[in-house]
Amino acid sequence: MTQIAETQSAPTPSLSTRLEIIPVVLFAAFAAAPLLASFSGAEGYVLSLLTRVMIFGIAAMALDLILGYGALVSFGHAAFLGLGGYAVGILASHGFEDVLIQVPVALLASAAFAFVTGAISLRTKGVYFIMITLAFGQMLYFLATSLAAYGGDDGMTLASRSLVAGSDLLENDFIFYWGCLLCLFGTYALSRSIVASRFGRVLRGTRENAVRMEAIGFRPFRFQLAAYVISGMMAGLAGCLLANQAEFVSPAFMTWQRSGELIFMVVLGGLGSLHGAIIGAAAFLLLEEFLPEILHAVSFFLSEETRAHLAENWKMVFGPLLILIVLFVRGGIMGLLRRPHHD
Amino acid sequence: MTATLFFVQALNGLQFGLILFLIAAGLTLVFGVMDFINLAHGVQYMVGAYLVAAFSAWTGSFGWALLLALPTALAFGLLLEALVFRHLYDRDHLDQVLATFGVILFLNQGVKFVWGAAPLSVPVPELLSGSVEIANGLLYPVYRLAIIAAGLVIAALLYVLVNHTRVGMLVRAGASNASMVSALGVNIQRLFMVVFGFGAMLAGFAGAMVAPILSVEPGMGDNILILAFVVIVIGGIGSIRGAFLAALLIGLVDTVGRSFAPNLLRLVLDPAAASQTGRAIAPMLIYIFMAAVLFFRPSGLFPVKR
Repeated sequence: MTQIAETQSAPTPSLSTRLEIIPVVLFAAFAAAPLLASFSGAEGYVLSLLTRVMIFGIAAMALDLILGYGALVSFGHAAFLGLGGYAVGILASHGFEDVLIQVPVALLASAAFAFVTGAISLRTKGVYFIMITLAFGQMLYFLATSLAAYGGDDGMTLASRSLVAGSDLLENDFIFYWGCLLCLFGTYALSRSIVASRFGRVLRGTRENAVRMEAIGFRPFRFQLAAYVISGMMAGLAGCLLANQAEFVSPAFMTWQRSGELIFMVVLGGLGSLHGAIIGAAAFLLLEEFLPEILHAVSFFLSEETRAHLAENWKMVFGPLLILIVLFVRGGIMGLLRRPHHD
Repeated sequence: MTATLFFVQALNGLQFGLILFLIAAGLTLVFGVMDFINLAHGVQYMVGAYLVAAFSAWTGSFGWALLLALPTALAFGLLLEALVFRHLYDRDHLDQVLATFGVILFLNQGVKFVWGAAPLSVPVPELLSGSVEIANGLLYPVYRLAIIAAGLVIAALLYVLVNHTRVGMLVRAGASNASMVSALGVNIQRLFMVVFGFGAMLAGFAGAMVAPILSVEPGMGDNILILAFVVIVIGGIGSIRGAFLAALLIGLVDTVGRSFAPNLLRLVLDPAAASQTGRAIAPMLIYIFMAAVLFFRPSGLFPVKR
């Protein structure tokens, strides 16, 4: 036990300062992207893709906060995306279109849902926790499909993006992009400070050895529940943004496959580094977007018909790719970036 | 009228519960013995349904199709075990969840690739078509009764197999303490394979049985997988008896709840609001039920003693 605790302790200061380059580069890239996008010729497309990347980055980072730092495998985190999305959709359909109302309501709803389900789920351990969070996610999914007044299975289209203090600023894709970047940066800074605080250290301590944390006088349950609620609220915020980005809300926001994708983003990027989750979300969404084209290009030696067929069935490549990454790429993309420094 | 409706719904619930049991039995054994969380168990149910659809189109007979589908489902399960799952047994649950999630993505797309995205339908076998009168004026489809019978027979066989045979004894011992069983000289790798193949075949059988009454389509295993998880969590992971009782409970609560929740709510709400809320609450019932069970008993109703 002692050995595990020692090997997984925080990276040495010299290493961590070197690694700080990555988030700086990452945020600089997000800040520079809109300027570069105007040269690409497909400005709208690039902007909307990157906006999605940032939104899922927030959601994945929220998950990383409990998964990477607390070892709580929540398999129902998409539920919070849905909560945020539906808060925007339902309030907008009743005439409350301002983010100053929508976002607080969404955050409150997410916090309440996280508090109740977290309090029940955290009584269980390990695989029970995975399954019970999954089931709570499904519960909300089915609730959404049966909300006939709000579109049921088909979901609901938003008349417009949310207002900011009465003005329709967010209709401009650039401003919306900057808004999302601001949210991403804000949640990143918040998560960073949470992780660095005493609270974060207790959470990590609980991840390593809950019994020992109890022995030195902490109640892990409270810390885990607080982290779960914070994480749920951040994912709820991502849901608000996602609804605004798509100008559409549907139960598909919170399918369990979506929860699985969020976990995949976190693991792909590398557990427990926060910016790793953002990189993972970017890698996942870009792969999903471009894999059909990549497959089409790579299979140049096949007939045109087969190539089209292959591109159409890109998920048959995506699935095995996922398995291979799990089996062979330990530590995700951050692990790959870190490796040279270790040698 | 309400009493007969209740009776029919209870039968439907029983039938649904038994199908859930067939899936959950394999899942709970695989988890109990190998400590392996297999999300891809649902696709094995889907594969069973597709196999029976393909074979019955080929042979023209449901009986032959079932006979051919079972060994194929078994072989397919063993193939997946050898290709993917075997490498995951000593990984943590997170890796297992992700890799088996990858298997789901692949196979859902795979059946689309082979059979197309449109749902297939399988004709109800001639012998079991039609309905019987089970009470005065109350008709019930024979095929659904056949599913109930088949489910009960399999449950009884499983009971004998697990509790009164040598393999069953090893499985139970494995669920309590796999490393000890291995230390006593049992080839645990082979035991894993047997359990895994058997679980896959049961799920395939469940898929094959429901093929004539449901549409066979990609992703059909995904939602039932979640229900099977709910079942094994309520029943206690690794416990066949728990899975059986929990499956029946879930089947009944879900089916009866869906048809009676609006009626019950009508007692306290006005009709329009009652049917609205009833429809919204009914699909959530089983999850609320699960949360309640786990709140009082965090490791399920029949936890396996370790």
